[in-house]
Amino acid sequence: MSGQVSEAALAVLFQCVQMLVVLALAPLLTGVVRGIKARLQGRRGPPVLQPYRALLRLTRKEAVVAENASWLFRATPYIVFTMLWLAAGLVPTFTTALALAPVADLIALVALLTTARFFTGLAAMDIGTAFGGLGASREAMISALAEPAMLAVIFTLAILLQTTSLAAIVDGTLGQGVGLRVSLALGLISLIMVAIAEAGRIPVDNPATHLELTMVHEAMVLEYSGRHLALMEAAGMLRLLLFMALILCVFVPWGIAQPGDGPTAWAIGLGSFLGKLLAAAVALALFETTVAKMRVFRVGEFLGGALLLGLLAAIFLFVSTAL
Amino acid sequence: MGEIGYDMAHLLGASVLLMSFALLYQRRLTALISAFATQSVFLAAAAAWQGFFQDNPHLYVTAVIALLFKALIIPLALLRIIERLGIHRTVQQAMGVGPTMAIGVSLVTLALLLVLPLTAEASALTREGLALALSVVLLGLLMMITRRNAIGQVIGFMSLENGLILAAIGVRGMPLVVEMLVAFAVMVAFIIFGIFFFQIRERFDSLDIHYLESFRGEGRRE
Repeated sequence: MSGQVSEAALAVLFQCVQMLVVLALAPLLTGVVRGIKARLQGRRGPPVLQPYRALLRLTRKEAVVAENASWLFRATPYIVFTMLWLAAGLVPTFTTALALAPVADLIALVALLTTARFFTGLAAMDIGTAFGGLGASREAMISALAEPAMLAVIFTLAILLQTTSLAAIVDGTLGQGVGLRVSLALGLISLIMVAIAEAGRIPVDNPATHLELTMVHEAMVLEYSGRHLALMEAAGMLRLLLFMALILCVFVPWGIAQPGDGPTAWAIGLGSFLGKLLAAAVALALFETTVAKMRVFRVGEFLGGALLLGLLAAIFLFVSTAL
Repeated sequence: MGEIGYDMAHLLGASVLLMSFALLYQRRLTALISAFATQSVFLAAAAAWQGFFQDNPHLYVTAVIALLFKALIIPLALLRIIERLGIHRTVQQAMGVGPTMAIGVSLVTLALLLVLPLTAEASALTREGLALALSVVLLGLLMMITRRNAIGQVIGFMSLENGLILAAIGVRGMPLVVEMLVAFAVMVAFIIFGIFFFQIRERFDSLDIHYLESFRGEGRRE
């Protein structure tokens, strides 16, 4: 009985640590990616801790809100930030013994992300400027294509591992091992393409630009200032961390501690997560410096490709189970 | 063959198939050629892996041929041709990328539905290998249909041949002579294509093959 209680207490503790870890690491990850990109492009770049300073400075500034803004505009930053923080907290990073593990469903994750995106789009249109509407319509186009692709990957995983729960996926992969599956490889590529689109990285959206022709996410948060902007920026950083952690935990889960493991396993889990995250940041920076931003109208083809790969993964899964 | 051997063979075959989709997706000629080179590298890796696991040394020869000719010499020659002809670097397509990819996935499904019932007695590896190879062949054909540019059609033809070699290496006991003949036929075809490019270019100032249609009596008036 007491063992169960302490297990539950540990799970709650891990959940809190997990929430704090993702929150603390998200700006650092953005800073590291920016730093590596700057190095690759032959610039010195800002210090890696710059995103923390930017967020702190923004929180100290006055939040200016347009006269015709409704409550929706003011509430959106808080909603978006909460949704993304919660979603990032659901993805197992260093241990699967999390209090929220039973609800950490891939479909719930998609729902949380979609809610956040929905409110961002609404708020962008609420203010009534042309840029907001433009960004919202582009974002709607991207998400309408990215979501089916992501769901196709999720269904493939669900058929392969008989579950959509993230903790169970990690435990299943670590426990019996599913081997090198063709479906998993196709799903990985598809999920990476979706992640690039959803996190607003370079071939789809440029996070560093304020150029009318190219921006998607930036156009929607253009009217925000002060602490509202800080929350939106932090949410964007959390989104990048979330997608990286999701890909890492589903496809390279080695090192993640499981329920019943001791403190060494937790330390290994945390260390391996940091290492994997750094590797992912380097890979992202390399990728972003080698490709060029694509035209907005080509995003449909890009994400259509992701959807087809997801479907192909499901088809091959059926073939290999039929053998 | 162990579990990991099966998985690796399967994964390398799927990488070749994936590069076929990458070929369908490309819009620039140079990117198209490098995607084809990558496909050939995967093909060579698949051949070497099969040679290692089937204990069949002649598959290493196939791997070396694929690596040398299809991943190095042919792409470099194609790049030189593009440079010498100074043609437009984008691929003209008869159909949009989206519909092409959708047809591609249907073709893969078709290949699977066709191969799996036909090879009920064969081992699982052979069946999947054949299904993957047939998909690559069909995608190569699709590529030849949907490209108007002669270079795009040649690449489609070459990737079709990659599919044939993939089928040959997956089946136990396929003699080397067959693969050599296929590779040789492709080399000859490539040389003929090279001459063909220069001829079309000289006559029409373009590699767009729809100019040829007037000679078949079905040309559009322009």
